[in-house]
Amino acid sequence: MQPEHQRPDGPTPPPTTEPTPPPNQPGPQGRDPQDGPDSRGQRDQQYRQAPVSAPTEGGAQGGGASIHNIGYRSYEGTRLGRGYARRSLFAQSLRGGYGLGRSAKSKVMPMILAAVMCVPALIVVAVAIATSDIVRELSMDYREYATFLAPVIGLYLAAMAPQSVSRDLRFHTVPLYFSRPIERVDYVLAKYAGMASALFVFTAVPLLVLYAGALLAELDFAEQTAAFALGLVSVAVLSLVYAGVGLVVAALTPRRGFGVAAIIAVLTIPYFAVNTVQVIAWDQGATEAVGWLGLASPTSLVAGFTSAFLDGPSSFVDGIEPSTGVGFVYLVVVLALVAGSYAVLMARYRKAGL
Amino acid sequence: MIATEGLTKRYPRVTALDRLTVDITPGVTGLVGANGAGKSTLIKILLGLAPATEGRARVLGLDVRTEGPAIRERVGYMPEHDCLPPDVSATEFVVHLARMSGLPPTAARERTADTLRHVGLYEERYRPMGGYSTGMKQRVKLAQALVHDPQLVFLDEPTNGLDPAGRDEMLGLIRRVHTDFGISVLVTSHLLGELERTCDHVVVIDGGNLLRASSTADFTQATAALAVEVTDTDEHPHGTAVLRDRLVADGLTAEFAGAEGGLPGAGHLLLVDVADEATHDAVRDAIAELGLGLVRMEQRRHRIAEVFQQPSAPAPVPAAQPQKGGSGHAA
Repeated sequence: MQPEHQRPDGPTPPPTTEPTPPPNQPGPQGRDPQDGPDSRGQRDQQYRQAPVSAPTEGGAQGGGASIHNIGYRSYEGTRLGRGYARRSLFAQSLRGGYGLGRSAKSKVMPMILAAVMCVPALIVVAVAIATSDIVRELSMDYREYATFLAPVIGLYLAAMAPQSVSRDLRFHTVPLYFSRPIERVDYVLAKYAGMASALFVFTAVPLLVLYAGALLAELDFAEQTAAFALGLVSVAVLSLVYAGVGLVVAALTPRRGFGVAAIIAVLTIPYFAVNTVQVIAWDQGATEAVGWLGLASPTSLVAGFTSAFLDGPSSFVDGIEPSTGVGFVYLVVVLALVAGSYAVLMARYRKAGL
Repeated sequence: MIATEGLTKRYPRVTALDRLTVDITPGVTGLVGANGAGKSTLIKILLGLAPATEGRARVLGLDVRTEGPAIRERVGYMPEHDCLPPDVSATEFVVHLARMSGLPPTAARERTADTLRHVGLYEERYRPMGGYSTGMKQRVKLAQALVHDPQLVFLDEPTNGLDPAGRDEMLGLIRRVHTDFGISVLVTSHLLGELERTCDHVVVIDGGNLLRASSTADFTQATAALAVEVTDTDEHPHGTAVLRDRLVADGLTAEFAGAEGGLPGAGHLLLVDVADEATHDAVRDAIAELGLGLVRMEQRRHRIAEVFQQPSAPAPVPAAQPQKGGSGHAA
């Protein structure tokens, strides 16, 4: 390195801010233990005196008990690579879905919604236990529970999907991920799986409450277990569909507030439209059309899929269920929606790289 | 460290890199080029994130085409733009990214604490990053690039947006990354001047072509120039011209800055070649004798454009336009 030029320039030369280490110091092999702790100590001292860094010195070393200057330590430990990074990102996304590992403020919304989600289940359980002598079943089926509470699930998704993906896009953090061992596939899969898992926990816990209540009320074990299992499958499908829709909308709208509104709109407007048109169609006697119409919104799609394949009660008007042929179309649309969401997310992050 | 061979990257409209062949050795290497010269494209290819159209490149002996993930495990990258979420603390953020680099949880926490201390962040590392100054943000960005103890870091315009003092600190820190941490550095800038103090080698690219690659010493020989501005007096209505004639008579090389471009203010600033330490005194004495008022006298550095004009023969300083950003860059 060239010695410093003499610099008589500048109206206000900054004399105190020269943390540059003396150029003729140890040389490239800085990790050499022979380097001696003293020269490093000096340099660290210089750093601590730099005005930008904190003016306090003692506390900086943790408690200020004693200042150990150990210099730079290289890392010789294991590097767990891509699979581990993907799992870590998944875990972080899942925890982020409940505000864990973040500020207390970000835990409020998901926790309140999760509580709201369980209230009807507790009421159903209370009723079932109180009336177990007369009524030998739950007043609400496992498979229609999520459809009943679709607005709450929608709110939860609208609150959580933007914070999962929009933040990385909006603050341009994505390049930091892609300059590490993980690839675009890993990022998209981890985020998708994280969101879907958070939704699954969100929707499956009330079902668990219902199931526990059903067992306490000593309802028929085999019947309840089968219905509970099918209910879990139905909320798993719902989680995949909702997570896909929510993440795509959030990834396309980096502004957070807008993303929240867009997700609520995408989930509720088509759902209400479908319900209205279904009632009109039924009123006009076009019962076959009711099944087809159910394809047009994510919520009714999952509801129709559940009633067609998982033996659930239909939430459509007059309890109409999609016919077998239409039911197959439901399956195709569910698969296409999940695959399509994945593809759109992949395309979205192709551009978001460095 | 890095070796490229006929590396070419063509986009539908532009050629970002054109048969670039360069060999970068361990140490601190500056990659200099104007905006759009292909610096960022080169980094992207070297990280294995964008395929080269033609040619080959190896980083740490690994092929960028096939061994991208292995390269990215051992290389750090500090982007040019802001990339920090404001509602997370520096510690949380860097720990998370350390894990993304494959560090086990405990190691990630330890390395984060170490690295943040080394870049000069103390208790503020527990506060959300939204409240940080630009200098602190740059330190966090550097820390996330170093946290997994890479063998090589790519720093893209690390001094962007910093004031002169902050820039000096950042440059010192970059130097330390190599001398103390033993990590090789590839640092980009569009200012040759600030790299010559920090780097062992400088690679200049323009329009995707290698313009020059040499050790820093070769560049610094002809860099020094003094910009002098003086007042006019009744005795000398055009003080700058008088001073120029006087200095030329003293055997110094002095020219008006911006004379060719006819820019506003041309003819008020004099650029004097610094032959040795005595030049400063000579200028001062000349001004004093002429009775002119000295408005400013500051050191100018070569801008990259000047290297373009003279790729091989670093001889007299050409009449430089007023430097971009004014006197701030002279420091």
